[in-house]
Amino acid sequence: MTSALTSAAGPQSGDQIIVEDLVKRFGGFVAVDHVSFRVGRGEIMGFLGPNGAGKSTIIRILCGLLRPSGGRVLVAGIDVANDPERVRERIGYMSQKFSLYRDLTVEENLKFFGGIYGVPRSDLAERMRFAIDMAGLGGREKALVATLAGGWQQRLALGCAVLHRPPILFLDEPTSGVEPTSRRRFWDLIHTLAADGVTVLVSTHYMDEAEYCHRAALINQGRLIAVGSPEELKRSALGGELLLLESASLGPVLAALQQAPGVLDCSVFGNALHVLVDDAAQALQALPAFLEQRGLQPVRLQRIRPSLEDAFVQLIAVDMAKRRAAA
Amino acid sequence: MNAPREPIIAANNLTKRFDAVVAVDGLTFTVERGEIFGLVGPDGAGKTATMRMLAGVMAPDAGSIVIDGVDVVSDPETSKQHISYMPQRFGLYEDLTVDENIRFYADLFEVPAQAREQRTERLLAASGMGQFRSRLAGQLSGGMKQKLGLTCALVHTPQLLLLDEPTTGVDPVSRRDFWRILYGLRDEGVTIVISTAYLDEAERCNRLALLNSGRVLYCDTPAALKARMPGALVIITSTAGREVRETIAHLAGVSNVMLVGDGVHAVVDDAPLRIPELREALRRANIAVTDIVVGEPSIEDVFVALIAGEGRAP
Repeated sequence: MTSALTSAAGPQSGDQIIVEDLVKRFGGFVAVDHVSFRVGRGEIMGFLGPNGAGKSTIIRILCGLLRPSGGRVLVAGIDVANDPERVRERIGYMSQKFSLYRDLTVEENLKFFGGIYGVPRSDLAERMRFAIDMAGLGGREKALVATLAGGWQQRLALGCAVLHRPPILFLDEPTSGVEPTSRRRFWDLIHTLAADGVTVLVSTHYMDEAEYCHRAALINQGRLIAVGSPEELKRSALGGELLLLESASLGPVLAALQQAPGVLDCSVFGNALHVLVDDAAQALQALPAFLEQRGLQPVRLQRIRPSLEDAFVQLIAVDMAKRRAAA
Repeated sequence: MNAPREPIIAANNLTKRFDAVVAVDGLTFTVERGEIFGLVGPDGAGKTATMRMLAGVMAPDAGSIVIDGVDVVSDPETSKQHISYMPQRFGLYEDLTVDENIRFYADLFEVPAQAREQRTERLLAASGMGQFRSRLAGQLSGGMKQKLGLTCALVHTPQLLLLDEPTTGVDPVSRRDFWRILYGLRDEGVTIVISTAYLDEAERCNRLALLNSGRVLYCDTPAALKARMPGALVIITSTAGREVRETIAHLAGVSNVMLVGDGVHAVVDDAPLRIPELREALRRANIAVTDIVVGEPSIEDVFVALIAGEGRAP
């Protein structure tokens, strides 16, 4: 299953990020273990994985900050190992902490980052205007960053990251803690940039963010274990179909279902149970009778679409089981 | 006072100001015994201030909190005996091991030696940390630190557990483990109040208060909250998301059009009426669409719709 997902086709031509058989060792520790993937021009790729999976190590290699131990990495057609400086001119980077100067104004921050990224003086005013308009910061140019709400700071950080028109953008958990309306606005900006041809790699460990991506790559313990569109991942990762079961007596129902035919997994979710079955249509027929025989009654039983988080957790579990079996 | 139907927490008109900022603005809610109650909202919604007041570590400027029949404002010490409070930055000693941290909190809460070992074993097993007992807390991952914090908070047997954003920055696998432990505690009769900025997490609570700018937008079960969503969420699957959006954004009855990876999400006022109209508009614009279906809204969809509705209200 995993290999089928890993081969899911992304755009074939104009790939802006090409990673082939990438390996990174720190002493005896293998942080990145033969990872290969490609990201096409204008594509938004999500980069998912638990803490410590190796996501930020890979991003640092892509940015030219760390040298790979093996394999090949091309960013904007440039081999990162040979020419990290030229790569850095072509990328924008926005970190989780939005490295903005809180005691400077919006305008001063933009000027500062314009200097760092080497935006020519003659272009700076025009680029700042672009960033301010794109981020919806008009009228706030003289505001101190410290006085802006999280969503505004986030958009300013994005504005700073694209000042030098990078064709490739790395976003490291960009939206944590931002209120939902701002967050949606932020993703709208990302989609606009992507539509203009900017390639975006977003790392996150929150699955609802991955829903906004065209494709997502899942990393666990240094290995890439799945790649696909959110829909593909949800459809194929679970190895079964998901039901939601509501009942007044969750505990006994949970215990009974562990023994029920066709039930692969069962867990508590709020006021209900999530039941993974091999065949939803069959289970919808059979489970109510199975429970009634045991004096239990489901209040409601229905098929639900799995979330990306369901898919993610399942893929990780399968990967961990494989590793244990191999060990 | 201990009648089973009596809520374990009754917060009434709770208010907290920090200088000119009203962090908590007249919050009123109750928490029933044995439920997992969520305080859900973005940063700055007033979650942490509310938690601190519930825990009796910060006094409100106005309003009352009664926990298990005890007035927390006038008598914070009495209620603390039955409460365990895990703040956002739980005080783990990074230079002590997992075991030593637990022992420290067991001493602090005066847990009898016998109960202590048994309880520790069980909590560590449930959190999958059994093999890390001699590791220094400073060397644990973020998710494991949170689980150790929870273990320390649970080393005595509280009736009420207050968890302030315990899953912030925790990866989904650890987050699931964490929730499994919470459901286990709920089965034992522990009441849990948990705050989170992740709206998807709200779905795991029995009931929740949706907070924004210090006020309760709604307080209900996740299912009832979703039922309040004005209109219906429509999921359009297409590889031409931008074109879909441009085509449908200005159609009658369509709002909140948003690009996602697999296409477009939109809110329509009347699904049976609008879906055929959407289909027709997209067909006329010659845009290929794989699927148009009504989806179940997420709590975030509901939150955004309710906030927008609030803004328009007179």
